[in-house]
This record gives sequence, C-alpha cells and structure tokens, in this order.
Amino acid sequence: MARMKFLCDDERCIECNACVTACKNEHEVPWGVNRRRVVTLNDGEPGEKSISVACMHCSDPPCAAVCPVDCFYVTEDGVVLHDKDLCIGCGYCFYACPFGAPQFPQDGAFGVRGKMDKCTFCAGGPEPDHSEAEFKKYGRNRLAEGKLPLCAEMCSTKALLAGDGDVIADIFRERVVRRADRDGETVKPQVPWGWGQAYGDKKS
Amino acid sequence: MATAVSGHRSRRLWWATVLALVLLTAGLVAVAVDWTNPRADLWRQVREGVEGYSAVRGLESGELIQASGEVWRRWRNGPLAWVGGVLLGGVMFALGLFHLLHGPQRLAKPRTGVRVSRWHLGERVLHWITAVLFLTLALTGLSLLYGRRLLIPLIGHESFAAYLAGAKFVHNLTGPLFVACLVVMGLTWFRDNLWRKIDWDWLKSFGGMFGGPHPHAGRMNAGEKAWFWLLMAMGTVVSVTGLILDLPLFGLEREQLQLSHLLHVAAALIVVAASLGHIYIGTLGTEGALEGMVTGSVDLSWARQHHDLWLAELAQKGKVAESEVREVKRPSHFFRPDDPSASA
Repeated sequence: MARMKFLCDDERCIECNACVTACKNEHEVPWGVNRRRVVTLNDGEPGEKSISVACMHCSDPPCAAVCPVDCFYVTEDGVVLHDKDLCIGCGYCFYACPFGAPQFPQDGAFGVRGKMDKCTFCAGGPEPDHSEAEFKKYGRNRLAEGKLPLCAEMCSTKALLAGDGDVIADIFRERVVRRADRDGETVKPQVPWGWGQAYGDKKS
Repeated sequence: MATAVSGHRSRRLWWATVLALVLLTAGLVAVAVDWTNPRADLWRQVREGVEGYSAVRGLESGELIQASGEVWRRWRNGPLAWVGGVLLGGVMFALGLFHLLHGPQRLAKPRTGVRVSRWHLGERVLHWITAVLFLTLALTGLSLLYGRRLLIPLIGHESFAAYLAGAKFVHNLTGPLFVACLVVMGLTWFRDNLWRKIDWDWLKSFGGMFGGPHPHAGRMNAGEKAWFWLLMAMGTVVSVTGLILDLPLFGLEREQLQLSHLLHVAAALIVVAASLGHIYIGTLGTEGALEGMVTGSVDLSWARQHHDLWLAELAQKGKVAESEVREVKRPSHFFRPDDPSASA
C-alpha cells in the first residue's frame, strides 16, 4: 500500500497561491478557512523561498494524540482524517500541530470555535464515498476517484508533489541530482558540490 | 632503565606535537572556510519558528513550523496527566484508608441542643453556588483530560463526544461565573482567614485528627485557612489562564495558549485534589460539620470542640451566654494587643 505524502520543492515554488485557491474551490471550504497556505521566507530578498503547506499527514500525528474525543484516524494510505461528528471544537489539535493545519470556523459569539476543518489529502471523511454528507463536511473525495490532491495536480511548476511517498521521493531526488549537475557549471552553486554523487541513483 | 623512560617521554612529546599541529591546522581551515550551508541555515531558522510572509492573512499564518506544540503535547499527555492522576487517586485512596482505619471525628460530648449561628445566609449561598460551579468545572475539566482513556471504553465514541461537546460548552460558560464567585468569596472571608500564631499549633497537632487534645481555633481553623489560601492562589492561576483560553479573541498566539493551558491544568488538578480533602472533612469526616453550612448553625458541643476561641469571641460580643463557654480554656498567647477579646 502506498504511503501518501506531500512534498513542496522550494526551488520551484513561485508563490502563485494557485494551490490555495484550487483547494478552496474544489472543496468549497467555508469563508475564513484555509486548508492550505503558501509561506514565503525572506520575502523580497534575493534567495527568498516559498513553501506551500497544509496538513502533512504525519506518521505520529500530534493532533490525534491530544484529541480529547479521539476523533482522528489514519487511512490505509497514511492519510490523517477526522470525524466532524465527534469533533467538539476544543482547539487542542491546533495547539499541537507544528504546521498550523487545523482550522476553525467561528461558531457564534466570543470567538467560539466550530468543528475543526483541515486538509484531507482530497480523501473525504468517514461518510460513504462521494455522498452528499461527505462533500458538505470534508469536500471532494478525489482519492476514491483514483485522482491525487488537486493542489499538487494543478501546480504549474510542479513544485508541490502529492502521492505515494516512494514515487515522490524518486522524482525529487532526480531533480536534486540534475540541479547539482547543472548548477555545478554556474558561478554560485545552489546545491552543494557532490550532491549528484551522494544522492544519484546508480541504476538510472 | 633510565634511557627507556626518557625514550618513552620523547616519543610521547613527538606525538603530542604532531597532534597539536594537526588540530591547529584543522582549526585554521575551519575558521577560514565557511562550512555552513545557507540552505541548512534557512531551514534551521524555520524549525525555530521564524516568520515569513503569507498571502493567507491570519494569526501566525506566516509561521511555517511551530515547535512548541510538541512541548505542549508532551507535558499535557505526559507528566500533567500522570502526576495529576496519581495525585487524585492517591488523595482518594488516602482519604478512604483514613475513613476505614481511623473513622470520622465524632462529637466528644453529646449534643446540647443549643444552636450557635455559624454561617449567615449570604455566606451559605455563596459557598454552595461556588461549590456547584466548582464541581461542574472539575468534572467537565477532568473529562477533557481523562475522558478519552476512562469514558470512551465505557460509553463509546459517539456518546462520549456528545457529552464532551456539552461539557466543553458548560465549562466555558460557568468558568467566568466561578471567577466572580472566587472574587466575592475572597473579599467575604479574607479577614477570617488571616494567619495567626495559634494556627501553627493547630497544624502541628493535625487539628486533633490523630488523637491528643483538640487544638484551639478561631472562626476558621488552620485547615480551613490553608484550604482558603490554596483556593485563592490556585483559583487566581486557573481564573486568569481560563479567561485567556475561554476568549481567544485578543490575538493570542499558540505559545501563549499552550502555556495558559498547562498552567490551567496544573493549578486545577492541585485545587481539585485539595478539594477532596475539604469535601471529606466537611461531610463524612467530621460529625456535625455539614449542618453548619446547610442550616447555618452548629451545636454548642461542636463549636466548643472545634472552634473554642470563636465561641469565646461570640461570648465577648454577647451573642452566646458566657455560661455556655465556661469550659473553654484560652491559651495564654491568645491574648494579644490586636485582639478584640484582649480587653476583657
């Protein structure tokens, strides 16, 4: 079974925020909730780096560890999902998550949190696949259709990769190796010398 | 023999020189060449929580990785939950053991039938409102911390989630009311709970719980005073952190919420553990104590036994007949210049 992963290549991300928009549109997430965001480090300076980040579907999810109602579950593909029928909106997952993935729509006065919403890796929720209830609560279930997350699928520079961790790792490694070879000729190598040798796949 | 030793020495000296030279060269090279990988430095900064820019506007949306969440998780799921559980369980076990082996404190002399007014109506209303709020907050709060382990196996995910959604709502709503009660309580009983010299004697003999003559006590004995001040101290921590957590309106960052939560849980567990002692002593543990807080008055025998100096004070004010206090023997150091009864 594949172990699903996201990977964002900071050498390729151009901060177009299309992944953010595509996600919002595909899942019709409520106003004020962003399942994905792009963060730019050293913005406006030479060498700025952008990264698209959402739920990273951890192997040891901190959100699941602290949830007082135990509403999280991990699918066979390694996707971390949660059951909104159980969620009480306490915000503990939001305290624990390193990536700021859990989002809370405001529910009533005094900033009371509604039920948590987060990236589902386009894998829906506990409801039957493609059911109306599933779409309303969690958005589209693309994985059940045999498709990968839309954010990565439509990424114009293919900076954001999503899918089987092994396949993604291979793609990324190949990129790194090629860059090392290419950059070796430039004046200021972006990748340290020797990466091609260190990470190159002997077979290819 | 002597040449062999000096040969050893010179060889050691030679190796030491070589080693020093190698280290020196390595050191110079390390200083001259910048070994740091700028990319690694960038990600190190990200790991330490440096903020970037994000078109998605929101609190901390520019922070790629917040490492403090893991610290919070470890403290909450680890030491806090375990120490708190052991503390609560230990106190319950100790009280149960005490009750079984030693039994409650009975009235030493039969009831006289004469009632002495101890808590006026306002005090009793305040006490019971606070008590109900306290128990509600304690049970709902403990459910948030321990319910997953203790209640889900009993009632299942669905029922527990339904209960906890209500519990969270009630906890957040009654919290501010409890804060208000604490403030009123602090102002009401502040004077009665000021620490006095005789309170040390009360503590030294454990309030006469383990035999010996019953120590002297004013309106509040040292045990009540300790409980009062613990409640005030922990109550302040719980109130301030609770209001912070209750109203996530003021742009507080996750680190502040995490710290507030840990302090909230720690202080709450301490005060809940202590409340078990207070509840036991006030109900099962002391014969004739509960009726004071329920009806407002206690039997004269009870007052003589547990709060003799308070009874004497009442007699001074003419609220109780002097003849009814005659058995009270005051300790010499009870008479102090600042004491209203010292003039007598």
